[in-house]
Formats: sequence, structure tokens, C-alpha cells
Amino acid sequence: MMAALGALLVRDLKLAARVGGSGLLGVVFFLMLVTLIPFALGPDLNLLSRIGPAILWIAAVLATLIGLDRLFQGDEEDGSLDLMRMSHVPLELVVIVKGLAHWLTTGFPLALLSPLFGLLLAQEPDAMLAVMATLMVGTPALTFIGGIGAALTASLPRGGLILAVLVLPLMIPTLIFGVSAAQAAIGGTVPFLTPFLVLAALSLVAIVTGAVASAAALRGGG
Amino acid sequence: MPTSFLWGLANPTRFMALSARILPWMAALSAVVTAAGLYLALFSSPADYQQGETVRIMYIHVPAAWLALALYAIMSLSALGTLVWRHPLADVSQKAAAPIGAAFTLLCLVTGSLWGKPMWGTWWVWDARLTSVLVLFLIYLGILALWRAIEDPGQAARAVAILTLVGFVNIPIVKFSVDWWNTLHQPASVIRMDGATIDASMLWPLFTMAIGLTLLALTLHMSGMRSEILARRARSLTLKAADRAAERQRPLPLSAGSAGAGSA
Repeated sequence: MMAALGALLVRDLKLAARVGGSGLLGVVFFLMLVTLIPFALGPDLNLLSRIGPAILWIAAVLATLIGLDRLFQGDEEDGSLDLMRMSHVPLELVVIVKGLAHWLTTGFPLALLSPLFGLLLAQEPDAMLAVMATLMVGTPALTFIGGIGAALTASLPRGGLILAVLVLPLMIPTLIFGVSAAQAAIGGTVPFLTPFLVLAALSLVAIVTGAVASAAALRGGG
Repeated sequence: MPTSFLWGLANPTRFMALSARILPWMAALSAVVTAAGLYLALFSSPADYQQGETVRIMYIHVPAAWLALALYAIMSLSALGTLVWRHPLADVSQKAAAPIGAAFTLLCLVTGSLWGKPMWGTWWVWDARLTSVLVLFLIYLGILALWRAIEDPGQAARAVAILTLVGFVNIPIVKFSVDWWNTLHQPASVIRMDGATIDASMLWPLFTMAIGLTLLALTLHMSGMRSEILARRARSLTLKAADRAAERQRPLPLSAGSAGAGSA
């Protein structure tokens, strides 16, 4: 069973890396958003450094949405999802592995590169580290909450917009605690660890509920 | 037995017959109680000593908020009915509850905003209660969008049921947001462990309005279920008629080769 799941992970990563895959497009989109916001706000460095963590988190939410509509749709179209449904590996684990592959190509590189984008937004070093840590811990929640929407819309021809409408309200708690943890690290009355641990808990809950709900949606939608 | 009663209703024809008889009575009752409630709320109850006449917004605002949550609870129970027991009427009930719940949530937000302007001096604050109700409204909109996106009613019902149950996490957040966070919105004052902290002269009009609007919501829910059942019958009849028409117009098969070439 582990071999099958490992093969699935390698397959999804290869699909993302090769021609036609979305690869690191999420990161490029993230950079676009970070560039776009100072154009709208004006290049006021004090303002940017104050709201920088919030900008980075909103950009992370939107960048996660980008690849999500294809998370199960490609497999639904070419029939490999049917094979996964019929295999002896539980569909919940398949969902977790596919989510992990998606996170490795969007959330993880995004968190890793966030200090670089923090430079553009005039972030202090400790703020950069805080944003990086919160994104590292919080983006799995975004991926797996989004995965529920991806599973629900897998068989729809234009699932992208409806996917965003379905999952964005559910992502709000993650956004709240992600930004408040990052803000707490720069200063404030709340210690950094309190919202950070809630964020970690949200991610763990999202992985479990996301796996169960997405698998149920994939079984029912066929 | 409630379960055997629910299964008795699993036959849509029986449900249609029963609801046709109950519905006029429920509609009349909700009209009478709501009218009485409106009279009590707008004319015979006293104005607040601090808020003046604006306190009368409460008699719409508070029942609307209760119903926004109650209809989500109905939707979640129906979602369980769809996923666990495969009750044939559960997905109809789910679908009928969604627009009514969304309407009451919007009513709650709008009346709250109209009340907030004179009392707090602003139409909107990003306070925990207000924000969580706004999120509830967004979840309702997502559910309505998903109903419209999937064509097959059975498949749509299962997808919406999963989304409804996942979105249920927001309901306790709405209910307890005023206790968990220190907010501008006042804490609960009617349903409390130590009794209501609201005077009887305002409590009775509020309860009457709540009962009247609950009856209204149940009436709308039942009539929504009836029209959904009829819409599904019409849909299956249309599909059958289209099938028969296609059957008639299909040319007689000449040979396998020419038919294959024609369709390719």
C-alpha cells in the first residue's frame, strides 16, 4: 500500500513538473500579486511593512486556489480516478497524498520563498521569519480545505469559479490566525505561540476533515 | 414513533397529500401570529429608555438571526438524512431550506446594519458576531451556487450535503462569538442559564414574533419542498418525453457500417 501511495506521489509531482502541469505557477502568481498590491496602495514603505504579513497571506490564499481546480479534475477526465476508487488503497489516503503533492508544488515553495517577497514589502527580518513559519504551518490547511471544493467540483466543466465561492468562506479562520500569528511576532499584546498553535491545530483538523469529506465527495460524484 | 413517521413520508405521494392538507392551516396560523406579533412589537410595547423607538428593530432582527441558524440546522439534519439514511425527501428538504435560510441571514444583516447606524454610529463593524454571520451568508451563497452547478438532482444533493456538513463548523462560532470574544455586539440576553435579562414587556412581543416568523419559515419550507417535488416530476417527465421523441425520429438501421459512418 505504501508503494502504491509513493508511486502516486511521484506521479503527481512529475505531472506538475512536466509540460502542461502547473508546476511552480502558483509561486509566479504569488509574485504577481505581491507586485500588484504596492501599485494600488502606493509605494509607502511604512504602510507596506505594517500590512505586509496580511498581503503575503492573502496572496498565499489566492495562489493556493490557482491549481486546485485541477487537483482531481484531470484524473476524473482520463479515468485514473476510477482506478483509484476501485483500488484497495483507501480513498482518504489517496486524497491526502494528492493534497501533499499539491502542497509540495504550491504551499511549500511559497512559504520557502516568502522572505524574498517580504523584502519587496519592507519587512523586518523577524517579521519575515514569522510569516515564513506561519505559511509553512498554515498552507496545508488551505490546500486540504480547498481539496474539499476540488472534489465536489471534479466533474463540473467550469469548476474554477464555483470552487473559489465554496472554499473561500471556509478558509477565513486559517487566514485570521495566520495573520494574527505573524502580526504577534512583530509586536503586540498576544504572544506569538498562542495563535501559532491554533493555526497548527487548524491544519491538522483540515487534513483529517479534508481527507474524509473529499473522499466522500469523490465516491458520491461518480 | 418518529422514525417510522419519517419513513412513512418517504413516499412522496403521501407527503404531497399530507402537506396539501396542512399547508393552508400553517400559512393562516403564521399570518395571524406574525400580525399579532407585529402589533405587539410596533404599537403596544414600550420604547427603550436609552434606545428610543429604534429598539423595535430588535423584533425582526433577533428572530431573523435565530432562523438563520435554525434553517442551517435543518439543512444539516437533512444532509445527514441524505448521506446516512438516503431518505428520499431529505435532499428535497435540504434544497428547499437553503434559499429561505439565506434570505433570513440577509434580513438579519440588513436590519442589524440599520440598527447599528443610530446605536453604534456605523453601518458595519468587523466584530466577531457580525463577521461570522457574514461568513454564514457566504456559505449559504456557496450552497446555492453548488445546487445550480450540478444538473442531476441526486448527485447535487450528495455534493451539497458534504459541503453543508463541513460548513456547520461556523454555526457554533456564530452562536458563541459574543461570549468568546469581547465584542461590540451585546451578549445573549434571552436564552441564558440564569433567565432572560430582558423585561417581560419586550420579551412577549419578541417571542410572538419569533413564533410567527418560525411558522412562516416552516410554511415556506414545506411549500418549497412541494414545488421541488413537482419540479422533479416535471423534469423526469420531460426527459421521458424527449427519449420517446428521439426513439420515434431515429431512422431504421440500414446496416451497421452506414449507421456508424453517419454518427461519426
